[in-house]
Amino acid sequence: MKKEMKWLLSLATLALVVWALTALEGRRNEYNMLYTVLQKGMILAVAAVAMNLLNGFTGLFSLGQAGFMAIGAYVTAILTIPATKLPGVYYISGVSQAILSFRGWTDSLPDWFQTAFPYLALIIGGLVAALFAALIGYPVLRLKSDYLAIATLGFSEIIRAIIASPQLNLITNGSYGLKSIPKLENLLVTFLIAAVCIAFIVLLIRSSYGRAFKAIREDEVAAEAMGINLARHKQYSFVISSFFTAVAGGMLAMYMRSIDSGTFKIGLTYDVLLIIVIGGIGSVTGSVISALLVTAAKEWWLRFFDQPLVIAGWEVPLFRTGFRMVIFSLLLMAVVLFYQRGLLGHKEFTWNVLMPSNWRKWLNKKQAGGKRHA
Amino acid sequence: MPDNILHIENLSMQFGGVLAVSSLNLDVCQDEIVALIGPNGAGKTTVFNMVTGVYVPTNGRITFKGKTIAEGYPESQMKKLYAGDHTGEYSKLISNTPDRITALGIARTFQNIRLFKEMTVFDNVLVATHMHLKANIFSTALGLARAEEKRMREETAYLINLMGLSPQKDELASSLPYGKQRHLEILRALATKPHLLLLDEPAAGMNPQETDELSAFIYRAREALKLTVLLIEHQMNLVMDISDRIYVIDFGKLIAQGNPAQVQDNPDVITAYLGVEEA
Repeated sequence: MKKEMKWLLSLATLALVVWALTALEGRRNEYNMLYTVLQKGMILAVAAVAMNLLNGFTGLFSLGQAGFMAIGAYVTAILTIPATKLPGVYYISGVSQAILSFRGWTDSLPDWFQTAFPYLALIIGGLVAALFAALIGYPVLRLKSDYLAIATLGFSEIIRAIIASPQLNLITNGSYGLKSIPKLENLLVTFLIAAVCIAFIVLLIRSSYGRAFKAIREDEVAAEAMGINLARHKQYSFVISSFFTAVAGGMLAMYMRSIDSGTFKIGLTYDVLLIIVIGGIGSVTGSVISALLVTAAKEWWLRFFDQPLVIAGWEVPLFRTGFRMVIFSLLLMAVVLFYQRGLLGHKEFTWNVLMPSNWRKWLNKKQAGGKRHA
Repeated sequence: MPDNILHIENLSMQFGGVLAVSSLNLDVCQDEIVALIGPNGAGKTTVFNMVTGVYVPTNGRITFKGKTIAEGYPESQMKKLYAGDHTGEYSKLISNTPDRITALGIARTFQNIRLFKEMTVFDNVLVATHMHLKANIFSTALGLARAEEKRMREETAYLINLMGLSPQKDELASSLPYGKQRHLEILRALATKPHLLLLDEPAAGMNPQETDELSAFIYRAREALKLTVLLIEHQMNLVMDISDRIYVIDFGKLIAQGNPAQVQDNPDVITAYLGVEEA
């Protein structure tokens, strides 16, 4: 397919998405479920792409996502909860004087700053997480594969425990969590922030540093022999991935509007891991598509299984609350069994999919593969 | 030797009770092709690993272009250390990581091919030029280092073209035939702009025709890029064909050295390779 044609298709899709999102914004009440799924799906897409940068492109199996999301979420929340509502949120043990005076100061700044501040808060959340990543990265990134996973998992749980600890009541409100977090302005803004984050990661992956990351994934020994400083490049990947994970965490806080340490249990990491496994470890477009699909399936399409189903007066026994998760897990197993490398594997989605000649190639390959097996 | 770029002096490496390399002396001069041969397990790859910073030698010194790149404790001072005499002036332990050795100008290939399998031939070579990139990660990602990226791509294209791999440049490295994979690995090492190229059994598993192609390939690289080459090899036709000088080691010890003709006739070498004739 010609390059111009691809550009045209991309632009057309972009225009269509923008139009659809604005249209959806106006009819939010009618399409509440679609709205929710798109918003949460996009937020998880950022987390998934950031995780893919680390796990899929640099080959570092890290499970610290929930911890970094928690850091981003809490920093963003503390910075954006309106100063007037702070005493109400921290009604049990009161709020730290430092936060109150800082928020008093930020609220006194001009209007343009107030508009930009939520986005600034997301970035600050990301930077705090990046700082943590830089500190723990130095010792932890020397570990290989599963040891690294255990260490980052431990870090994530430590962060959660610290956030919930009574000693930090004045800052994180301990186990009571934070409420009244202002929401993301609208769906278009969510998509825009997500697009900027994902675009940066894509540019990074395509750059010389991205190639170095892939080289580390493919063969560490050879990468080092080619003059790539392993410690430094792993650190880059870890810190940048953590930054965007925390931005996704901040967006999640704005989407949920109330968070507590329980939000950032290890289950959240698994949700993101699931998305990249289904989408293809090493595929950005795969992660985005899979984030939307998984969220839609979990929150929406499979809801049907949670409702009691009566056929001709007979109530089907399995259809009750929670059954959708069983179906979801079964689907997941099917995907893992039949698409071991995820929907897209290492590949990216391109407009070439639309070319009939490619379908023929794909079919031929399938047939040839089938013959070899037989 | 005034123009020796690699100088190995009294080099030893001990793994537990095994002395893999013992008091080895070796020199490689500018523009030479030197071969390091010996039976399996003689310690050849261990020498490479010490030169490239994978192992820190137990004893001895490796100098590259007059600069010490690896050093173990000299024996006498080690004794001082064991005796608890820390007042003596013992040399600071120098150890370089493999990436720093590559930055100094020594590139290597591996005994069992280690390509970046899921990357294209072009990207395999391109990624080896990454170490020369000066721009930081943010300006590179945001496209502010386009000029450097362009230069890296041109260098890569030049090398690939020079060594005759252009027809396969967009194929995945893993899809190349075996001989071409060996070529690609050497090509990738060349992209780091080395002065000294270390080849670890480049002809392992090759048929005679592929071996001939390989020696032509090494010659071409040497002529075009003014390379000095140190290679480990078992295929004697390749060794005798391309090397200027040969070092033979067995059980970590140097048993012979000289030009191909001298080494071929050396009784110790024949014994090492063929064993002692039973009386």
